[in-house]
Amino acid sequence: MKIPLSALIGLVLTGGFVFAAVFAQVLAPYPLDAAVGGVWESPSARHWLGTDTIGRDILSRLIHGGQITIFVALASSLLSFGLGSFFGFLAATRGGWIDQGLSRFVDLMMAIPSLIVALVVLSVLPIDLWVLIVVMGLLDATRVFRLSRAVAMDIAVMDYVEAARLRGEGQIWVIFREILPNALSPLVAEFGLRFIFAVLFISTLSFLGLGIQPPLADWGGMVKENKDGLIYGKSAALMPALAIALLAISVNLVADWVLSRTSSLKGGRGA
Amino acid sequence: MLEIRNLRIEATSYPPGEPPRDVVLVDDVSVGVARGKVLGLIGESGAGKSTIGLSAMAYGRGGVRLTGGQIVLNGRDIRGLDAGGLRSLRGREVTYVAQSAAAAFNPAKRLMDQVIETCLTHGLMGRAEAEARAVMLFGKLGLPDPEHFGSRYPHQVSGGQLQRAMTAMALCPKPDLVIFDEPTTALDVTTQIDVLAAIKEAIRDTGVAALYITHDLAVVAQVADDILVLRGGKKVEYGSVRQIITAPQEGYTRALVSVRSIDHVEKAEAPPVLSVQNVTARYRGTNFDVLKNVTLDLPAGQTLAVVGESGSGKSTLARAITGLLPPSAGRITFDGRVLSRDLAQRSKDDLREVQMIYQMADVAMNPRQTVGTIIGRPLEFYFGMRGEAKRRRVQELLDQIEMGRGYIDRYPAELSGGQKQRVCIARALAAQPKLIICDEVTSALDPLVADGILKLLLALQAEAHVAYLFITHDLATVKAIADKIAVMYRGQVVRYGAKTEVLTPPFDDYTDLLLSSVPEMRTGWLEEVIAHRRMESAGN
Repeated sequence: MKIPLSALIGLVLTGGFVFAAVFAQVLAPYPLDAAVGGVWESPSARHWLGTDTIGRDILSRLIHGGQITIFVALASSLLSFGLGSFFGFLAATRGGWIDQGLSRFVDLMMAIPSLIVALVVLSVLPIDLWVLIVVMGLLDATRVFRLSRAVAMDIAVMDYVEAARLRGEGQIWVIFREILPNALSPLVAEFGLRFIFAVLFISTLSFLGLGIQPPLADWGGMVKENKDGLIYGKSAALMPALAIALLAISVNLVADWVLSRTSSLKGGRGA
Repeated sequence: MLEIRNLRIEATSYPPGEPPRDVVLVDDVSVGVARGKVLGLIGESGAGKSTIGLSAMAYGRGGVRLTGGQIVLNGRDIRGLDAGGLRSLRGREVTYVAQSAAAAFNPAKRLMDQVIETCLTHGLMGRAEAEARAVMLFGKLGLPDPEHFGSRYPHQVSGGQLQRAMTAMALCPKPDLVIFDEPTTALDVTTQIDVLAAIKEAIRDTGVAALYITHDLAVVAQVADDILVLRGGKKVEYGSVRQIITAPQEGYTRALVSVRSIDHVEKAEAPPVLSVQNVTARYRGTNFDVLKNVTLDLPAGQTLAVVGESGSGKSTLARAITGLLPPSAGRITFDGRVLSRDLAQRSKDDLREVQMIYQMADVAMNPRQTVGTIIGRPLEFYFGMRGEAKRRRVQELLDQIEMGRGYIDRYPAELSGGQKQRVCIARALAAQPKLIICDEVTSALDPLVADGILKLLLALQAEAHVAYLFITHDLATVKAIADKIAVMYRGQVVRYGAKTEVLTPPFDDYTDLLLSSVPEMRTGWLEEVIAHRRMESAGN
């Protein structure tokens, strides 16, 4: 099996990010919230990426922040996929009022911009990591619901699903054994995309001050803390922004490759 | 007119996970067709017949390359023509009639504009002249109201009429050669005969040469002068129609000619396992009864063939029996007990004893499950078999369907069409049913493969004493396997009884039409039937 160059780049970069996130405590040269240098120092041998608005090491904060950003994004995407695809498949296979009820509810949710919903909800609830994950997961689940319902609708009319029904199989078997394996490739590709949206979303929330709260670091929050430096020509705010962009691109490269591979696998649904 | 010499066609195949390799689609085929003559290209799927047909326009579908030999049309080799040369060739000297007219017409444009399009773009004639010619062709092809036929949209005419409109489109630019690629395969037999007659007459009157591609030897025998039998991209036999049909030289040709000659003697009357009484059904949200008052009996261990053209309600009958479409009236009795109308209310045993086999084996099996899982699931589900016992039983079933070792861990995509259908049969058998509903199970298969499936079904019936409800539009299949026959027309059973009884005159009008429309494997059959029908309608 030959891995295309683009996927290889994506895999290496994504792997690097995940590695740094998992071993953040070991890798980071300085603690998360210790002022170890002057304000907005330029990159040097001691501080590879310079220091931030109150003299903390940016590389260390980037690594620690990556851990939280990736964890929150991953957890909320997993939650949204679990919920969204289950209910999407359910709506597609059951049809009738279950489908109507779920679909109209999702339409209602999607009619309101998710950032606004998140801002309202988060300004009422106490902000901690789990509330963030659940809120983001629920909001994103509406998108996943739409996709998985559409994919499952196509599969649910296939003869092999009818054959399973004629055999007397239950809903759970039909969803998990007949539909899910055939819906996997579009869902995996969507997962890559949704994960990136989650990273952007959590970064946006943090930038607006409603996401990860200090003293914890995350990339969006770091951009916010250092944005004033841009006026003085300091690059501190660009580093976390660059990290977000790089993660987004590398995950998408991997997702593209997975999509092209799984769709040709075992005569599955072609791309 | 057209002379193909030592043609070789290659394509690059991209098997997943392996390096791409070149495959030879057509190898060393030489054939010719003269003005006013029709050459039939016949073979099973993958034989290269369409590929050769398209090569007569120097065209290769996606990635197909014409790598060797000569294609001489009107005295010049068209294989080496540049793009400009090809443009002036296609649509002017050679035209093409595709299999699925419904997919080939643009639904947003009127028929007339599409039929005369080639004439106009090639500047062969003015609009008025082209339209006059189109109207003339509509008339010649037996289309109703030829003057105004062209102002309709494709969805406003029937499938058979659309196919004839496409023939008119191909003939309109006065080509030297027309390629017919399975033009009647997608049509009902009763429609096919009209289209065949129209095509034949049009070819004769316009004096074009034609290539006629089909997998049905009986059809090609009606229209062709010469026949080229192909298999796996190679020539098997090439000769006149008469010689191929009456004195085939090669084993493969003989097999094609004698296909569907299974001898099946109907069984004696027996108590019914399935009894359908006065069943009426309609689809949700419609107010049209697709089944009207249908009454049938299927004796245990026998085969009831349900015949009819598309739209006659035969597949709906299957859905009503399985409970997928609860009937609005009537009663279905199975093995002495009344079946619940709705699938959801049936007991596991009711479900187990009625199994179904589908037309398209491709989509009847989950592409992400192995053969072992597909056949093993009913064993696990109905009989609680697991592990080694299940695997052993799956292997037994595979042996029964004559597939043997080495298939249990394969995925459906790794099987041939016939093997897929066999796996579906094994899946149905695994449940040890008393009744298997076979919905057009052979119509997507090549004749020889279909023959094998029918023989297998008959052998299994003798062994397991299972009854078949056999839904088909193919009367040759019916003759081969049925004990009883029900002829359906517009949701009603118009004729029902033992096989010999149903197939013996006097017939009702519809059965007569249906029976007389089945092409027979001899020349001159088409003319006889058409002449006979003309006489009858004149007599009325």
